[in-house]
Amino acid sequence: MKKIEAIVQPFKLEEVKEALKNIGIDGMTISEVRGHGRQKGHKEVYRGQEYNVDLLPKVKFELVVLESRLDEVLDTIATAARSGRIGDGKIFVFDVIEAIRIRNGDRGDAAV
Amino acid sequence: MKCLSRFEEQSMTIENAALLFVAPDIATRLTAVEAAAKSAQSAGDNAWMLVSAALVLMMTGPGLALFYGGLVRRKNVLSTMMHSFVMMAVVTVIWAIAGYSLVFAEGTPFIGGLKYLFLDGVGKDPNPDYAATIPQATFMIYQLMFAVITPALISGAYAERMKFSAMLMFTTLWTFVVYFPMAHMVWGKGGLLNAYLGGSIRTLDFAGGTVVHITSGVSALVCALYLGKRNGYPAEPIKPHSLVLSVVGACLLWVGWFGFNAGSALAASGLATSAFVATHFAAAAAALSWMLGEWLHSGKPSMLGGISGAVAGLVAITPASGFVKPMPALLIGLLAGLFCFWMVTAVKRMFGYDDTLDAFGVHGAGGTLGAILTGVFATNLINDAQIDGKTVPLGLVDGNPMQILNQGVGVLIAVGLAAAGTFLILKVCDAVVGMRVDRDEEEQGLDLSQHGEEGYILEA
Repeated sequence: MKKIEAIVQPFKLEEVKEALKNIGIDGMTISEVRGHGRQKGHKEVYRGQEYNVDLLPKVKFELVVLESRLDEVLDTIATAARSGRIGDGKIFVFDVIEAIRIRNGDRGDAAV
Repeated sequence: MKCLSRFEEQSMTIENAALLFVAPDIATRLTAVEAAAKSAQSAGDNAWMLVSAALVLMMTGPGLALFYGGLVRRKNVLSTMMHSFVMMAVVTVIWAIAGYSLVFAEGTPFIGGLKYLFLDGVGKDPNPDYAATIPQATFMIYQLMFAVITPALISGAYAERMKFSAMLMFTTLWTFVVYFPMAHMVWGKGGLLNAYLGGSIRTLDFAGGTVVHITSGVSALVCALYLGKRNGYPAEPIKPHSLVLSVVGACLLWVGWFGFNAGSALAASGLATSAFVATHFAAAAAALSWMLGEWLHSGKPSMLGGISGAVAGLVAITPASGFVKPMPALLIGLLAGLFCFWMVTAVKRMFGYDDTLDAFGVHGAGGTLGAILTGVFATNLINDAQIDGKTVPLGLVDGNPMQILNQGVGVLIAVGLAAAGTFLILKVCDAVVGMRVDRDEEEQGLDLSQHGEEGYILEA
């Protein structure tokens, strides 16, 4: 089991969700987050007062998949989330030690 | 009548005389017709003035409440709206008890008398000194709305850091020490600066450039300097939490301003239309010029710049609105947008004061510019109200350059009274209740620390 954390542009939310659904991935958790990598952010000016906004809104996908499907899911997310510009985000993959379905106590692959 | 021969004219006169003889009740009927005409005019004027009064109240709530509320951080939105809203209640009560009398009853050149204390004698009969065709109670309630918005404008300077109790005490004292004397001097019968009702230094202030905007703007600056900067200003980003609210508020101010300026004709007259037109033109020109200044200066024209410019133009045209032609109104707006933009950006940064929402930069600066330009562009072609029974030249364009000097004196008196009065009141309030919330309360936000509530409860 692998956990995927994908941080993407907010406007790519629907596209990524749809792409995952199309390859049969139903489970995911989404949160609105703020951050930046190499993207520098932007300047805002309110009545002459300048502010540099460097923490930009992003959407974070969290999902756990079977190892056999990992590459396929990573490709799907990367393709759907790509606009080709700086700020498109990053994908991180983690090992998952255990998973439990709370409703019936299923463990391991069966719980994913 | 011109084309009738003398004979025919004579015969008509005879005929009229005969008519009078035949119908002796014609005089009674004539009186009845005159009374009906008078009552019709009164009905028209009164309808417009009641609408105007409501429009001016709408400027404070929700206009100013939204405009200012959107400009502060989310944790202070309710406390900032409260600054405007509570004036609608507090100043109204003060006005009913003593305020109206201290402004409009005859007294000294500096403050009105006590004749109308508790609104004694202020009812449906007109007060011909001020407005001969509407009930005095209409005039009273209309003028009240100006007294409501003026202290609310000051709140732009102390937003996000003043104690609510201190704010109430400050406002109450401020109306007595600054507003009532200033309003009496400019608009009250026998007031020092009243151009039409026996003032010795005749200043022209149609709808409250000195009385409302200079007093509130200068008092705002004194408050900002006295209270000091907000924690974190200007190092930390302190951004408006919702410009959407501010846009709605500013547009309501724009509409309400028609009541403010056109209503100041005190009748549904041609002068009201003229003031309406001037008001609208100045707002439009100022919105454009502020945005243009911003565009050239920082690369982008902003929504906040547009609404700030509109308000600056409305402020500047206020004293001039009932005296100037449409083209000077455009020019006044154009200059006000640029001047106030420069005030809130360059000048504010140069001196480093924290006038939270630019009450001084817009109202103090715009009001002063407008007062002086009124002396330039005021003309009796627009306002033929008589002074001592004759029509006199008004501003520079009428060949009366001295008027600019009088306007300057009016400005100086307003600045002096507002600065000294506000400083004194701040000292008193500080000693009694303390002006500023403590650091923790400021960090938490005034909504929670002063009122125990939040503007946005997203999980509810």
